[in-house]
Amino acid sequence: MVKVTIDGISIEVEPGTSILNAARQIGGDIVPPAMCYYSKLEGSGGKCRTCLVKVSKGSEKDPRPMPKLVASCRTTVMDGMEVQNITSPEVTEARKGVVEMLLINHPLDCPICDQAGECHLQDLGYEHGAAKTRYEFDRRTFDRIDIGDKIQLHMNRCILCYRCVFTADQITEKRVHGVLNRGDHAEISTYIQKAVDNDFSGNVIDVCPVGALTDRTFRFKNRVWFTKPVEAHRDCEHEKCSGKVTLWYKGEDVLRVTARKDQYGEVEEFICNTCRFDKKKTSDWVIEGPRKVSHKSVISSNHYETLHPLPVVKTNPVLLEANKEQFERETRL
Amino acid sequence: MEPLSNKRKVIEAKPLNFWEKAYIPAIAQGLSITLKHFFKKDVTIRYPEQEREFSENFRGLHSLKRDEQGRERCTACGLCALSCPAEAITMTAGERQKGEENLYREEKYAAVYEINMLRCIFCGLCEEACPKEAIYLDGPIVPSDYLRKDFIYGKDKLVEPPLNP
Repeated sequence: MVKVTIDGISIEVEPGTSILNAARQIGGDIVPPAMCYYSKLEGSGGKCRTCLVKVSKGSEKDPRPMPKLVASCRTTVMDGMEVQNITSPEVTEARKGVVEMLLINHPLDCPICDQAGECHLQDLGYEHGAAKTRYEFDRRTFDRIDIGDKIQLHMNRCILCYRCVFTADQITEKRVHGVLNRGDHAEISTYIQKAVDNDFSGNVIDVCPVGALTDRTFRFKNRVWFTKPVEAHRDCEHEKCSGKVTLWYKGEDVLRVTARKDQYGEVEEFICNTCRFDKKKTSDWVIEGPRKVSHKSVISSNHYETLHPLPVVKTNPVLLEANKEQFERETRL
Repeated sequence: MEPLSNKRKVIEAKPLNFWEKAYIPAIAQGLSITLKHFFKKDVTIRYPEQEREFSENFRGLHSLKRDEQGRERCTACGLCALSCPAEAITMTAGERQKGEENLYREEKYAAVYEINMLRCIFCGLCEEACPKEAIYLDGPIVPSDYLRKDFIYGKDKLVEPPLNP
């Protein structure tokens, strides 16, 4: 076990743990945000630079600080390491710069985007006061691509986190999309607009931190914050699928089915395409109860935490009885 | 009873004299006051035909704006409905088809946009929330009506008339 101190909070972790995961073991405000790192996907991380932290003391043996800010998702902890995240103004400043860089080619079309309200880039932008952009030049634009009949790719919004590529590599059997070109020209695409059709391809929608990959069956159906998330499960025939999902209700209709996400916006268990796209009736599911939504999220607005909310008017049996008598008397008259 | 203050005034009721008994001068005085008001400026206005000038920041009926090319600005982002404290606004989004670029500014638009004027409190929060400068409360007072359903204003009543009809 190695001891690491993050923002003055010490914790003992396994050797080889990244700083980000050590911070997540502590939890709370000191966890660096991550746009590309995904704990369930091997090899993810190191692309977006939002998880930058300052290492003020390298280790017990070599107490020199690291010369530059490091990406916490790719830096492993050393014994006696001291890390500064929110306590260092340098880090918050750098992170603000990173957000601004991510927004250079991002179209900021949140009023149209279906991801708005659960978008990590939106949260990050607002957290760092960089919800606007100073960039005046033409952004790179692409036509939107339909990857199959269920998934839509808006390359404009992509921040090239590579999560979807890792998902396709590791969760599905065959990957048919990937990153074409290099550097500034890099884009997620499929050659010859090939349809992604295998049982787990829908998970790329959930892992996408922005609105680049969205559910075509939910396209413009409703805004996320007007729908009501409900936890549900079903016995899925697919051996790899857990069948544990979140249903997004509007009235009596299930508008969308997603996997359950934890506090870092990561999917708890991947679900198959049958659960995601084909089972959109209440009768298909066993309802567990409303999903707990953080009060910081816009989705929590006007939502009740109980399945059957308390009545607006408290029922008064005495009054009911009296009213019934009154009603009977009046009808007789 | 002892007076509570020294403000009590004792009124002497004198018997009326001849002219006072005849009431004629009093009636004439009353009529002259009435007559004087005929030539004064009216206090009231004839409302539906005539309207008072409103202050700069008066908030009346909503209108959904068009941009300088006559396209609807609203993209059905739902922020007005979210900010509405009275939950008066509902909308359904539609996707812009090919060939409708001159009708709607963005690829999503409000296919149905309804404001319940009985619920609306004219607070102007929708105006403030709108990221597209699409809704303004710059209209007149909402006219009265007989049926509740007639107070649910749809796009036919809210959207500005097109530039070149």
